[in-house]
Amino acid sequence: MKKLRQTPSQTVGPFFAYGLTARQYGYDYSSIIDASLVSDDLEGDRIYITGHVFDGAGTVIPDAMVELCQADGQGRYRIVPIQQKNAGFIGFGRWGTGTTSDHCFRFTTIKPGSVAGQPPHINVILFMRGSLRHLYTRLYFSDETNDTDALLNSIDATRRQTLIAKRKEVNSTVEYHFDIYMQGERETVFFDV
Amino acid sequence: MEDLNFNVHPPHLYPPYKSTILRSPTKPLMPVKELLKDLSLPVFGESVIGKFDNDLTKNARRNGEPIGERIKVSGVVMDEYGRLLPNILVEIWQANSAGRYIHKAEIHDAPLDPNFLGAGRMLTDRDGKYTFYTIKPGAYPWGNHFNAWRPNHIHFSVIGHQLEHRLVTQMYFPGDPLFDFDPIFQSVPKPARELLIAKFNMDWTDPEFALAYEFNLVLNGKSKTPFE
Repeated sequence: MKKLRQTPSQTVGPFFAYGLTARQYGYDYSSIIDASLVSDDLEGDRIYITGHVFDGAGTVIPDAMVELCQADGQGRYRIVPIQQKNAGFIGFGRWGTGTTSDHCFRFTTIKPGSVAGQPPHINVILFMRGSLRHLYTRLYFSDETNDTDALLNSIDATRRQTLIAKRKEVNSTVEYHFDIYMQGERETVFFDV
Repeated sequence: MEDLNFNVHPPHLYPPYKSTILRSPTKPLMPVKELLKDLSLPVFGESVIGKFDNDLTKNARRNGEPIGERIKVSGVVMDEYGRLLPNILVEIWQANSAGRYIHKAEIHDAPLDPNFLGAGRMLTDRDGKYTFYTIKPGAYPWGNHFNAWRPNHIHFSVIGHQLEHRLVTQMYFPGDPLFDFDPIFQSVPKPARELLIAKFNMDWTDPEFALAYEFNLVLNGKSKTPFE
């Protein structure tokens, strides 16, 4: 089979909000992907994934878009098409960091189960003005045993910590905080996918 | 030997586009292709798509039709081996015919159109095809350098069924005089720039209604299951 050239990537630009994250930003348009990776009626303890995206000067980026993709509590990725009425476990979420005044992201989800023996993790896709190609990374949980993970172990030990979200309890809710650094000493590890 | 013709993507750091300077990684990306293989992205069903979601000339009307040149933008979504990908979520957003985005942070002094939002979405059909109706977007100035203008373009976001299928890009129109001056367009290696330019397609026009542009999308990787 003849191989085709891929369509080149271009930046998401500064004005994605009314199209991709309309509901969060209060535009008069619906959103089919939002900040919750589960519908309200799904059973299971909720966790919150929070964080900021920092540029090379240490400034919080107010116009990034973060997407999360994860398996359900049993470690299965959703393959059943998402319909309006059977949402349940969605497993995919999206957040624009211009939504809140402090430009953090805050997703609602459940903790994923282990996939193929790997410790629980969430795939992260990152877009922003000034990023000509989206970036992939992965979030692991600080309260899990991560030291046997092949992906983490393939990363230089000094940089592994950039992929570990830190658990904290805030007003009896469980939050995992995951700051993303584009550059600098704490530059997040991004993947070639 | 890797064929350089397949080197189509822009670099992460492209200093003429100034925002890349503080927002691009400085360390090489980790090669983990094998470890992230076959990860699913979600599949959407028809019920999540609204009736006029693929018709931007209709999905935000308040008191009339949007102003500008009505066009049709259509094409197929494929994997790298040309297999047509059905049921792929394609989302678009764009400026109005005056070059104004409805975004709250947009300050360009051009009129908003009360009947145009500039956002739409749809799923590809069983032949991998999508079709939007919209208004041809105008050029708009931006702050990258003195007198910087973006060529007319439509933003595309594509969610394939696998993690590596994710794509965000921009579609341009043939013969735009601003190509020579736009660092975002020029960030793409020269031989690959043509891949971002839609083709005018006379056969697809709707007579006495709308001109048509063809824009095909080729996603990273190959599909897991052969096309039926």
